[in-house]
Amino acid sequence: MLRVFRSKPKYATVRSTIPASQFDDEQTAVKKEIPDNLWIRCENCASVLYSKECSKAKGICSKCGYHFRISALERLNIIADENSFKPFPPLVAVNPLDFPGYEEKITNAQQTTKLDDAILIGEARIDGHLCVLGIIDFSFIGGSMGSVVGEQLTRGFEYGIQKQIPVVIFSGGGGGARMQEGIFSLMQMAKTAQAVGKFKQAGLLYISVLTHPTMGGVYASFASLGDIILAEPKALIGFAGPRIVEETTRQKLPEGFQTAEYALQNGMIDKIVNRNEMKETIAKLLSFHL
Amino acid sequence: MSTIFEWEQPLVELEEKIQELRSFITEQGIDFSNELSELEKRAEKLRTEIYERLTPWQKVRMARHPERPTTLDYLELVFDDFIELHGDRTYADDQAIVGGIAGFLGEPVTVIGVQKGRDTKENIARNFGLPHPEGYRKALRLMKQAEKFGRPIITLIDVVGAYPGIEAEQRGQGLVIAECIEQMSFLRTPIVCIITGEGGSGGALAIGVGDRILMLEHAWYSVISPEMCANILWKDSSRAAEAANLLKIMPTDLLKFGIIDDVITEPIGGAHRDHQATARQLKAFIQRSLSELKKLPLDQVVDNRLQRFRNIGKFTEKVYQEQVVEKLTDSDQMLPEQNENGDGE
Repeated sequence: MLRVFRSKPKYATVRSTIPASQFDDEQTAVKKEIPDNLWIRCENCASVLYSKECSKAKGICSKCGYHFRISALERLNIIADENSFKPFPPLVAVNPLDFPGYEEKITNAQQTTKLDDAILIGEARIDGHLCVLGIIDFSFIGGSMGSVVGEQLTRGFEYGIQKQIPVVIFSGGGGGARMQEGIFSLMQMAKTAQAVGKFKQAGLLYISVLTHPTMGGVYASFASLGDIILAEPKALIGFAGPRIVEETTRQKLPEGFQTAEYALQNGMIDKIVNRNEMKETIAKLLSFHL
Repeated sequence: MSTIFEWEQPLVELEEKIQELRSFITEQGIDFSNELSELEKRAEKLRTEIYERLTPWQKVRMARHPERPTTLDYLELVFDDFIELHGDRTYADDQAIVGGIAGFLGEPVTVIGVQKGRDTKENIARNFGLPHPEGYRKALRLMKQAEKFGRPIITLIDVVGAYPGIEAEQRGQGLVIAECIEQMSFLRTPIVCIITGEGGSGGALAIGVGDRILMLEHAWYSVISPEMCANILWKDSSRAAEAANLLKIMPTDLLKFGIIDDVITEPIGGAHRDHQATARQLKAFIQRSLSELKKLPLDQVVDNRLQRFRNIGKFTEKVYQEQVVEKLTDSDQMLPEQNENGDGE
């Protein structure tokens, strides 16, 4: 997880995910250094938090309310009704460009996240409302979209049409498109955008939730096409990464550049929702669209 | 030619020698025709060797040649009576994207293209061909207008990427690219997209969803520019040439992958050596594409377009799901149940 994060230091943050102790098997527990497992430093207020407690609090800093990145499985627990999730048949990435090291990257990510690829997707109930629920996991190669994520999302929207149910997608992918799959990952932007288009034409509701960070090709396709776009507080949202913007323009970035608050102020999203109120808010929105 | 690449140097020297010999023959009246034809043969061989074996990075540099024809050049050479239409009706007129109505073999079409500048002054006005959200909004507006009046759309793509600027982000660069991609997919009019130079990422795809996708011989199309890829992989953008090899960005690669439909051959030495000849080629390909598309009912055109993108992607269905589920169950997790009816197809 950390290795992936270090290799792509697009953002100034230091630590990424909460060590989700409940998901750790022995192997990963051994790999991790002890302080990592026990304590975690808040990226926002620098408070040192007891990681188990923070994990219990849905990954929200008890001192300042900062929302840590959480894994797809953790988010599933927070959002979906218990035992309601039925995942789609799993798909696994191949290496279409023979990009060096890609297979290992995939295998490592699969081992750390327990996911097949960067998305967890299937049918679920949210407060009793049946829907397609997709969650992108940043820990899987930056939550980037390759062929698998693109196909699963597309199947998600197609399934939604078939069953006439809403789609809720949580996006959080720093890199956007998955570079190692080259042109194939770029084309997933078109594929998913079209899937959303067809879904909307069927008169169905798509709620897009932007979590930290939603950037690049993910933001410039399905993630910004929701009928309703929600975001978690302070989530980084944008097309070009802040470092690229700074390097290109040689300008100092404004305070809070590309945060959810900034996007809200500029009219790009509907609402910022605290993680504690996310399930309730989505359920409410779903109930308005019965 | 003002810009000569290092790999062209031997050829240029040889061409100069031939030129010298020619003037020597004319001035002195001595017959060196054997030597001359020998040299010309060598030059011909060298030309083929050099331009048929360009590396991906050399192609990128060819695509960026300052004298390469731009959208406005093609508008002049391929189309008639171009009337430029400006503005996104919301914020501004982005000069990095030009668009409007033109005649093509006697029929009105809408042409939209990214415009780079020839010199510094023009490049500043055109923002080096890096569009802002208002550029894409203008493109979308003109494409919808084309749909309304049943005009085919031709897009000419030559862009490293959408502009990564503060204001561009503020005005929704990502969002507008998504909207372009989505809405272009459903437009009820034939669309021909041509990557004439650079096809960089979402900024290219935003006007790149079409029924025929063509590339000039020395153009590239990729999810990320080689420089940025090198920057991510090795924190060193000077290793772009290596990254270009990895990314498979050449027209031949993309044709093999089924991403593009055809490669438009350029004059030997590149499009910049002969704008007229390049334009003739482009014209022939557009003509053929449009006449093919016009034979199909519009519903079919749109369906084919959607199906084309729907099918792009390489992956395998997984077989070892059970093990993973068990593992998670053991660690007492709330659990994805086995899927019963998850497949949307």
